[in-house]
Amino acid sequence: MPRPRTTRRPIRRHIVVFLAPAVLIYTAIMIIPLFGTLNLSLFTRGEGNTREFVGLANFVTLFTDPRWSSAFWNATWNNLWFFIVHMLVQNPIGIALAAILSSPRLRFAAFYRSAIFIPAILSFVIVGFVWRLILSPLWGVAPNMMDAIGIGDWFSPWLGQESSALTTLALISVWQFVGIPMMLIYAALLSIPDEVLEAAEMDGITGASQFWKIKLPLILPTIGIVSILTFVGNFNAFDLIYVVQGALAGPNYSTDILGSLLFRTFFGFQLQLGDPHMGATVATVMFFIILAGVSLYLFGIQTRMRRYQF
Amino acid sequence: MSARANILRSSAAHAILIAYTILALYPVFLIVINSMKSRRAIFNEPLALPTRETFDLVGFHTVLEQGNFLLYFQNSLIVTLASLFLVLLFGAMAAFALAEYRFRGNLLMGLYLALGIMIPIRLGTVAILEIMVAANLVNTLTSLVLVYTAQGLPLAVFILAEFMRQVSDDLKNAARIDGLSEYRIFFTIALPLVRPALATVAVFTMIPIWNDLWFPLILAPSDATKTLTLGSQIFLGQYVTNWNAVLAALTLAIFPVVVLYLIFSRQLIRGITRGAVK
Repeated sequence: MPRPRTTRRPIRRHIVVFLAPAVLIYTAIMIIPLFGTLNLSLFTRGEGNTREFVGLANFVTLFTDPRWSSAFWNATWNNLWFFIVHMLVQNPIGIALAAILSSPRLRFAAFYRSAIFIPAILSFVIVGFVWRLILSPLWGVAPNMMDAIGIGDWFSPWLGQESSALTTLALISVWQFVGIPMMLIYAALLSIPDEVLEAAEMDGITGASQFWKIKLPLILPTIGIVSILTFVGNFNAFDLIYVVQGALAGPNYSTDILGSLLFRTFFGFQLQLGDPHMGATVATVMFFIILAGVSLYLFGIQTRMRRYQF
Repeated sequence: MSARANILRSSAAHAILIAYTILALYPVFLIVINSMKSRRAIFNEPLALPTRETFDLVGFHTVLEQGNFLLYFQNSLIVTLASLFLVLLFGAMAAFALAEYRFRGNLLMGLYLALGIMIPIRLGTVAILEIMVAANLVNTLTSLVLVYTAQGLPLAVFILAEFMRQVSDDLKNAARIDGLSEYRIFFTIALPLVRPALATVAVFTMIPIWNDLWFPLILAPSDATKTLTLGSQIFLGQYVTNWNAVLAALTLAIFPVVVLYLIFSRQLIRGITRGAVK
């Protein structure tokens, strides 16, 4: 739409006035610290509290020095697994719920929608503790309920075992956030015009095959957005791990992800002192992981995706 | 499709949705009912509703006596409302400038502000703490307000600019002919017309601020500046063996968020389903 030129005065101070507060705060508190952190990772604390430039030495330490690298790679793989669980469980369930919700003339759809979304608005502190209590062998709610349906033998203190703690935490996080993909995909499904679906019905494509052949291809861009949001959220996660397992991400670091590693590195824990430079190094690695994911999505996936205009 | 198959399908749909709704709500429900029971009943009959014999509010007494919850609640409220106000005001101003005026660098400025939607502000924490230490703002609510304002602005500008573009040009030009300044046009014409979008942005901005644990833990952990989220995290850690107190604290923390959600849920859902994210 051609927009009439709204102002022709040579000095348009009001544009500056309108933009300045947002740009100043955003630049000062977000952009400068972000680059400041990237910059800090190139230094180390020298003698007498001076800053010494060391180039990429901190990264070499993080990737190869046994004191750091085992913790770092452990956190990275754990984080990847955390993300995979979300992609395999959260997003398919979200899509399925959205598909059911969007079926025409479904009663109480608004109620289901609002109810299923409730966990997503609760804080990690609430969600973490609620599940800690429910899964606690001490309280016995989970074992009792499983007994009631005859699978009581399967219960074990999942959060306390190295082999299952991380997956359990990922599933708790899935439980909390499944409403977000559900809602976004629900919106995308609603925006498919009726004519397209009617045409499909004329050709005899109904029910499940209509979902797979017509609706799913049309909502692929939204699934792409949901995936990248999940990726950014997961590689930046910290709160849930901290609330349920503490800063040490126990048992025996089996639930350590990059966010909790960053917290420990930066702040220190128990006897180890915090190290801002190594902390900045971990943050920089996280920055590049997220940047890589976002760029892959923007340039690799989004541009190739077929979009339909209605 | 026959009517019978239709009924079958719709009851299957309801069955799945009801099952999932129970899965989503039951854990929360369980915490709330047990917070009102005596310690013995919590362990003996965890799934039962409180009865006259088992009803006991001892947990709530402990929480209200031991914790500074009123202060934490007040801190959370101040931080959330102040950040929200700044995000909405500054976000709307910037969105208006980007949507309304043609100037060199308009597109670039839009992209620059949108960067923050994808890159989380947490990654700058190390340097943010340095800045706050230098500015003597550690352990103040101001530091949190500044950080949350910066965090909320990118998405707010992005969404509000979309809506500002839809405000009728004729209306604004008529106002210009009447001699209204650009500021008056913004405050008296554009801002009221995008009110629904402001409400949506408000909900999106509010939830992560209210629930955040990272920045209160790092920037403002002192007792006078703890937010409700951080305060309850610490309280829960200390009272972990006092089940009555833990359950009561959780219930108190759940309550305000759910009430707010029930008030705003229509706005929130309308905001999402309008397709602000395309």
